[in-house]
Amino acid sequence: MNAEPSFISLQGVRKVYRGRKEDFLAVSDVTFDVQAGELVSMVGPSGCGKTTLLKILAGLHSHEEGTVRIGSQADSFDAARDIGMVFQQPLLLKWRRVMENVLLPAEILGLPMAEARARAGHLLEMVGLSGFAQSYPYELSGGMQQRAAIARALVHDPKLILMDEPFGALDALTREKMNLELLRIWGESGKTIVFVTHGIQEAVFLGSRVVVLTAGPARMADNFLVDLPYPRGLDLKTQKAFGDYTRRIYKLLGME
Amino acid sequence: MDDYSEKLRKWVLIIVMHLVAVLAWQAWITIGEVEPYIMPAPLDTFATLLEYETYKWGHNTLITAASVYGGFWLAVVVGVVLAVLFSWSRWLNDAFMPLIVSLNMIPKVALGPIFIVWFSYGLGPNILIAFSICFLPILITTTRGLNEVEPELIDLVRTLRASRWQIFTKIQLPGALPFIFSGMKVAVVLAVAGAIVGEFIASEEGLGYLMMQVQVTLDTAGMFMAVLMITAVGVTLYGIVLLLERLLVVRDARME
Repeated sequence: MNAEPSFISLQGVRKVYRGRKEDFLAVSDVTFDVQAGELVSMVGPSGCGKTTLLKILAGLHSHEEGTVRIGSQADSFDAARDIGMVFQQPLLLKWRRVMENVLLPAEILGLPMAEARARAGHLLEMVGLSGFAQSYPYELSGGMQQRAAIARALVHDPKLILMDEPFGALDALTREKMNLELLRIWGESGKTIVFVTHGIQEAVFLGSRVVVLTAGPARMADNFLVDLPYPRGLDLKTQKAFGDYTRRIYKLLGME
Repeated sequence: MDDYSEKLRKWVLIIVMHLVAVLAWQAWITIGEVEPYIMPAPLDTFATLLEYETYKWGHNTLITAASVYGGFWLAVVVGVVLAVLFSWSRWLNDAFMPLIVSLNMIPKVALGPIFIVWFSYGLGPNILIAFSICFLPILITTTRGLNEVEPELIDLVRTLRASRWQIFTKIQLPGALPFIFSGMKVAVVLAVAGAIVGEFIASEEGLGYLMMQVQVTLDTAGMFMAVLMITAVGVTLYGIVLLLERLLVVRDARME
């Protein structure tokens, strides 16, 4: 059907952590494709292997079985330059001002700094922190720190953004706000995003595709497209179609 | 403006309280008719400053300051360098750290007579005694600081293929600075104690030596003044450390 090769392709990925007494199955049966520019939510309970899978995508973990391919001939992928990461904690360096924090990846990669600085300025504007470039992280609220972390993940213009429960430590209201912000940033930047969360509503609200992982045993249970139009607003959550998707996930996780 | 007047109020209070303590001391001696060889009055104590030929305050204070500062800064350099080496090599750390901790159990003061045999009298052995007594806190806090990096931050820079040197200079070392300073603050007090003990037993000059000399004639006023001078040497060094911390460590990262 689709002649264009996908940007990410996972086939039968399985990983086992070798323990002293017992082995621990971290992920299994993971097979899905992601097109360039998609926002994929990976949702599941603790221990379902979603973080492990993210680290496999980041090249930080190996896997035993299956294949992981990122990029294609038409859409090249350089593992060092094309990954931006955002974690649950902002992980900003306390001794650097926001601007210098955002520039960290550019420094490590040895990019031309004048360009990087200009780009960081635009990104700070995009995440709504243009007035805070010279502030220290401690002068920012949790939500603002996480925006800075998102700007940092984008500064070297990577093709793939990996996010591990980035809004999990924020209060509910800030979290909703950040969801809307993320959709806007995704729309403006056109990046491919893999977004790990344990929030079922969050997964459906954000994702153009949702991958559901279950724990005990850790395996992939579902992978479907979310056919709800962008731009999405909070009123989406009251619509029947939205409820249908979330119910589908609740059912898979044995919560209905 | 409020911040300024708050600071002023604090400083005025500090000065007033010190003056009150000295006045109370003088009043107690005058009213209580305490024998001067038991407890000298502050005025008699300060009067010793005028008898330069007897006490050679300038010279003796400089000698003591040289032992304290020499031992202290040597400890800072050796402690930080060793901690860096240990953080680079697991093997070095595992091999030498237990040995250093055992050696630290030796009461360094007891080494004084041995140092005299090895290095004779004078500044050298005193610097060494001050060094040996105060370098371990710096080594230990620096080691901890260098290892205190969020694992996810390491993940983030590993996806960017950061070199070990980049991780060290951009993340580990600046992150360890607050720890280094907290070790230095402990070390100041120990360095002063080490240098004075050294002068008690292994020196022919310095404030510690002076105290032993004037003790023979029950010159408590001279001894009190010597203690005040020793305190001044320590307070000055502590002030320098605080000032450096203020210059080098962002407020939020300082360890109080």
